[in-house]
Amino acid sequence: MAVSSHSQQFPPNYRSKRQSLLETIAQIPWTWVVTYVYLGIMLLVPMLAMFTKAATESPENIWRIATSPIALATYDVTFVTATFSALLNGVFGSILAWVLVRYDFNLSIGRFTLPIKNFIDASLDLPFALPTAVTGLTLATVYSNNGWIGSWLAPFGIKVSFTRLGVAVAMTFISLPFVVRTVQPVLQEMEREVEEAAWSLGASKWQTFWKVIFPPLFPTILTGVALGFSRAVGEYGSVVIIASNTPFRDLIAPVLIFQRLEQYDYSGATVIGVVLLLISLIMLLCINLLQAWGRRYDVK
Amino acid sequence: MTLSEKTDPSAKKQRNWAATILIGISIIYLLFILYIPTLNLFYFAFRNGIGPFFANMTTPAFLHAAWLTFILSVITLPLNTIFGLCAAWAIARNQFPGRAFLLSLIDLPFSISPVVAGLMIILLYGRQGWFGEFLQEQGIRVVFAFPGIVLATAFVSMPFVAREVIPVLEEMGKEQEEAAKTLGANGWQIFWRVTLPHIRWGVLYGLILTNARAMGEFGAVAVVSGNIRGRTQSLPLFIEDAYKQYETQAAFSAAVLLALLAVVTVILKEILERRTHSNRRTH
Repeated sequence: MAVSSHSQQFPPNYRSKRQSLLETIAQIPWTWVVTYVYLGIMLLVPMLAMFTKAATESPENIWRIATSPIALATYDVTFVTATFSALLNGVFGSILAWVLVRYDFNLSIGRFTLPIKNFIDASLDLPFALPTAVTGLTLATVYSNNGWIGSWLAPFGIKVSFTRLGVAVAMTFISLPFVVRTVQPVLQEMEREVEEAAWSLGASKWQTFWKVIFPPLFPTILTGVALGFSRAVGEYGSVVIIASNTPFRDLIAPVLIFQRLEQYDYSGATVIGVVLLLISLIMLLCINLLQAWGRRYDVK
Repeated sequence: MTLSEKTDPSAKKQRNWAATILIGISIIYLLFILYIPTLNLFYFAFRNGIGPFFANMTTPAFLHAAWLTFILSVITLPLNTIFGLCAAWAIARNQFPGRAFLLSLIDLPFSISPVVAGLMIILLYGRQGWFGEFLQEQGIRVVFAFPGIVLATAFVSMPFVAREVIPVLEEMGKEQEEAAKTLGANGWQIFWRVTLPHIRWGVLYGLILTNARAMGEFGAVAVVSGNIRGRTQSLPLFIEDAYKQYETQAAFSAAVLLALLAVVTVILKEILERRTHSNRRTH
């Protein structure tokens, strides 16, 4: 990686007008060339291919495919369930982050310490590292009617594997770390003095929490929820294994795309793919805005 | 233990019923979502003993899947590392309009559904795709063949190295690089002797995450591979296939192998995080 600074600015200064296009291109630092060429080949051209493929259909046709009853049912399962899972992780992830930052619960027996807290902290990254097929396999087994957890729920008439509830469990698993890992550093950097000041001014613990701790934390929690949601919406591997993939029951949009492709219905797959891609882009925008909102509190 | 750095020493004294309840809720939540399922995985893989576990590891389908997964990682890692380093350098060392946009662009593969990623590859290189006809004339198969799987894997693991290196590069600043330059070092020398030693843990961290994702990717690979046993089936695909064929033992044996990879990833990640003393970063 070259680091000579004057020739590395991009776009380069065009000193001579006689320079040919080739010479201009040759002046662009090669690190830039690698970045843009790789992004182009891997990301931009494929996205363009998808949008142009969708555009070959007439607008009415696009609308008809995108809003067909089966597609609408998959949006319902995908987006509603992903929202539910993301909010669930929003609540429990915030509690987890709080517990990990504020409390010390490593078990000390004499000189020996059982690092429960450190273990929990490290294990929270497992959903990121565990391949989704593995996740799906084990969740489907645990939550099946004769699985370790499923057999306890079955007498109450609660079926998890092969139902929409199973989709929710899988989505919750794979989006578990987002809220914790987003909130944790913010909570860590938050100064205890402000809280103590609030206490000494006579605020109750509850007031301190709502008026002092929660407001700067809220955008961060929302960012984590949005990250979890956007991951859950796109999830395929774990859901396809735990769900029965029956239309109108627990079929999610990514699985519908897959099924369309298996039937060589490229237009159908593409239109639903574009819907999902647009949702991802909107979520990315929301996350960026939320992060900007959260940064407002970074007064140092 | 580096605990004292993380927690307030007075925290213990303040522990009250609220703390107990919150810790309890956290542990119960994690038990149901994370720990019991993970334990279950190891139980099912080994419940008939070690014998059947290893017996499954010698079937041709499994061996091929494991080999394919390994090769995928070997090809994807250098590709994404070169890209990641170039992109990180371009973003961290330059101010230009559209910087935030480029950063979002690099993040995009994380938010795109893997199935949509696979779909895009089919629309480009498939029989009816943009380059489909040209490739067919050359006799090259991309979709339902190895090159397609490589593309899909590289796509989903693209951002990791760049994401991890950018903050380290920014934190480092460019003074030392400029000093080396005034002393007459060339670009490569500066990179090897000044920049790389600073960012090596960030790069390593990115590599570990790239590797975990590359070996574990399921959705994108499933779309483009055609899922042919012994030919285009990676380990995650093998797991699903075996599970659907009621070869539960085979599925769990393969799953445990990938789970161990995940555990190693998490442990290495923890070690690297302590070494760099940096705040936890999100993905």
